[in-house]
Amino acid sequence: MLIKVPKASQCSENDVTDEAIYLKRRQLLKQMGFIGAGALLAGSPGVQAINLFGDDDETAFNTRELTYSQQDSAQTLTPESKVISHNNFYEFGTDKTDPKENAQGLNVDPWQLRVDGLVEKPFTLGFEDLFSSFELQERIYRMRCVEAWSMVIPWIGIPLQSLLNRAAPLSKGKYVAFETLYDPEQMPGQRNPFIGGGIDYPYVEGLRLDEAMHPLTILAVGLYGKSLPPQNGAPIRLVVPWKYGFKSIKSIVSIRLVEKQPPTSWNLLAANEYGFYANVNPNVDHPRWSQARERRITKGGLFSSNRIDTQLFNGYDEVAPLYRGMDLKRFY
Amino acid sequence: MVSRIHFRPWQILGLKLLIHSLCIGWAGTTYYQAVTDQLGGDPVKAILHFTGISAFNLLLMSLCMSPLAKYFRQAQFIRFRRLLGLYAFLFAILHLLSYLLFELQLEWGMLISEIIKRPYITVGMIAWLLLMVLTLTSTQSIQRKLGRRWQKLHNWVYLAACLIALHYIWSVKSDIVQPALYIAMLAVLLGLRKDKLLKPLQAIRRKISTRA
Repeated sequence: MLIKVPKASQCSENDVTDEAIYLKRRQLLKQMGFIGAGALLAGSPGVQAINLFGDDDETAFNTRELTYSQQDSAQTLTPESKVISHNNFYEFGTDKTDPKENAQGLNVDPWQLRVDGLVEKPFTLGFEDLFSSFELQERIYRMRCVEAWSMVIPWIGIPLQSLLNRAAPLSKGKYVAFETLYDPEQMPGQRNPFIGGGIDYPYVEGLRLDEAMHPLTILAVGLYGKSLPPQNGAPIRLVVPWKYGFKSIKSIVSIRLVEKQPPTSWNLLAANEYGFYANVNPNVDHPRWSQARERRITKGGLFSSNRIDTQLFNGYDEVAPLYRGMDLKRFY
Repeated sequence: MVSRIHFRPWQILGLKLLIHSLCIGWAGTTYYQAVTDQLGGDPVKAILHFTGISAFNLLLMSLCMSPLAKYFRQAQFIRFRRLLGLYAFLFAILHLLSYLLFELQLEWGMLISEIIKRPYITVGMIAWLLLMVLTLTSTQSIQRKLGRRWQKLHNWVYLAACLIALHYIWSVKSDIVQPALYIAMLAVLLGLRKDKLLKPLQAIRRKISTRA
């Protein structure tokens, strides 16, 4: 049993920046006129010395502050501490806490993201390119896991559309296939099927081209103002907010335009439970559990548990035209 | 040659107290952590898993007692069997209550439809009811009253254990390693009783052969 005795230096829940303040941070910084001063301080050795007394064993992985255009939202965000500690990333183990424990050493720089297949202009992005090639935008999205829990996460990323347009898809390309890094030395779940939950690695995912080109679909490189920690899919991951979370593939190294519907990992593992489309749908249950409701992960313990109705397409009705005329019970 | 173990009365009392304090302390601490949000991202899931797995652990421990008694030729082990079994059911009660209270948030209609529609919940519920019957008939006076039928009734514990194992492996997404280990442990404990468990089968076989 784990009896948690917090260190004196450790942040407690009430130390975490309140979301209301977080959302106003730019305004606050401007009011204080500190943007320039902060930038000067960031590189100074004094700051690093102070940081020695900070919580640096918690975040062995270095994230960086990002510059991006901000989005306003009335939704209550899931606290950052939960967004980065409750993850499914089976490459690092199947428990929700495993990815945070086991992924901190992931080496993301250098990184290569290859964009190719049925495109006119294939290209490769290196680690720095991920942050500098496109303008970064904040997107506050609901994330609904197929296990019936959900979060609200302030992602930072780029529309997948922009990246695909740069590659200039050929008309033969009808689907987009994604692939996660395959590196058994760094990813224990890929070395050992007992750790990796029996998935045949590398993890692969796919979208229809019109889904990939939809303005809601993004490639995220950060959350809560900083670049992604490894457990959330550093350095770049997909976010498709109207689909179950497993579609939003992490730590991507390859994006390919293809002609036929590509294989997808969970569908390969259990086709009767996980379809290619995997759109959030309260009317189509998982064979073993209901999808009618979800538990929204917010701050607070057992008694603030927050069970809400699940919405079709996770509430993103604007994607409905993509599936007009399709039987969503068959194409789940 | 196995050395004989003998517990003195104070040792039995001490061990029983240890079982009481471990079970109550463990449950208390975990619920405290869940209420104060120290149990990870999803305290509801964590508490459901904790109570379920604890119930299963205690049931398996209770099933260890008679093989231990046989091995060490020391009937005193049996004196812990009921206590462990009762705590197994206590955790099963907490498991079901937490599911109803925190997962379903007292949506009774959903409870009924989930029990009917989800096979893994159906078998879990059957196991829960079996454990309840065993708990209600666990007092010494009922044991005396039922005589030989008491043992027959309490043999249902083996079915309950199998249903719990099925409930567990059926509920996970794809990480079947831990449930598979539990099934292996249960298989060993049932294997030690294979003569007893196969007896009804042999009786049937005998009936068929005498008829033929």
